[in-house]
Amino acid sequence: MDDDVILLDFWVSVFGQRVRIALAEKGVHYENREENPQNKTPLLLEMNPVHKKIPVLIHQGKPVCESNIIVQYIDEAWHDKSPSLLPSDPYLRAQARFWADFVDKKVYESAKKIWMTEGEEDQQVAKKELIEVLKVLEGQLGEKPYLVGESFGLADIALIPFSMWFHTLNEIGKMNIERECPKLAAWVNRCMERESVSKTLPRPHKFYEFILEMQKKKGH
Amino acid sequence: MADEVKLHGVTGSPYVCRAVIALNLKEIKYEFVAEDLSNKSADLLKYNPVYKKVPVLVHNGNPISESLVIVEYIDEVWKGVPILPQDAYEKAQARFWAKFMDDKCFPAVFKAVSSHGEEQAVGEAHEAFQFLENELKVKGSKYFGGDNINLVDISATFVAFWVGAAEEALGIELLPKDKFPKLTEWSDNYVNCQAVKDSLPPRENIVAFFKKRFGKA
Repeated sequence: MDDDVILLDFWVSVFGQRVRIALAEKGVHYENREENPQNKTPLLLEMNPVHKKIPVLIHQGKPVCESNIIVQYIDEAWHDKSPSLLPSDPYLRAQARFWADFVDKKVYESAKKIWMTEGEEDQQVAKKELIEVLKVLEGQLGEKPYLVGESFGLADIALIPFSMWFHTLNEIGKMNIERECPKLAAWVNRCMERESVSKTLPRPHKFYEFILEMQKKKGH
Repeated sequence: MADEVKLHGVTGSPYVCRAVIALNLKEIKYEFVAEDLSNKSADLLKYNPVYKKVPVLVHNGNPISESLVIVEYIDEVWKGVPILPQDAYEKAQARFWAKFMDDKCFPAVFKAVSSHGEEQAVGEAHEAFQFLENELKVKGSKYFGGDNINLVDISATFVAFWVGAAEEALGIELLPKDKFPKLTEWSDNYVNCQAVKDSLPPRENIVAFFKKRFGKA
């Protein structure tokens, strides 16, 4: 029963989007509460005292934090609802966890650098680093429809929100991610055919506006 | 058909130790492939092309990398002593704290050690330790896993063993007993668990390592 599910979120967060995609995949009804990172609610601070960050899933009053952990929790708590978000084979499950973790370790940091670094040289280094990381993911994708096994799952959910960043990265970084990583681009389109993804992710230009606004505030 | 289980690692690594503890807890027979990190084997590079690091578990030719992923894999494949809780919520909590060890605790401890106990760095390590202290207080149990060790305890092996060795090697205090009575008690209990005892490297080796790597000339 989808009783009492609350998500503390922030619309632009890739981590929050992972959770929303997972909830949508399972058809779980929930209350979405938008947090303002500049003015965190007492509820957020109470539910995530360690990191004080979104997303936090509150299920029957109990908080679950850290997006990849929340996605696995959703899969397990609603295991009777399809689809499964992780493969059933333990080796493939390990691969799914490995790649979801890889996205956290590598994609987030290298992508952020592109709009955060100043100076031509530093930006070139950041661009090279990001393309290398994306090519590793392309390598994992290979000819498969999804990152691990034949089904959309944890690793895809971990990565797909970052596709919303591509337009921004292309503009600010003067790059063309889709041309450099065509298989990944095809995978993005494939994922976007899923309602859980297309209805969750904001339009790329909205994210671009958000970043420009952020840069303006910082006086770029 | 007999399982073929290999673990590529180095004995001094707290990450490798996690995998060793999990294997020993489940009483799995395996071959330890000692790596020289300055001259990594062709196999290691083949099995972990993404990070080129240890530990790597190779099960019937299939490689698994990243210590926490390895420990979960071991728990799922081999029955016997459970490493993760069954309940979905408890599992999520266990994964949260295991991730906390890697994301917050380990980097803070590393900074405190490499800076020779510089005040701010130690302060940050204490902040991380305080969360663990509180967790033990709230749980009121011997281990993070309750009466028996679980994923969280295993992920915190470096706190129980490597921190003490660093303190001795460098003459610094990282985990004062009066400030962290629960965590200190947990450390003492944890290193005396049979599976853990069987898995830890000789303490003098770790002390020597810290002296060599971070000691003042």
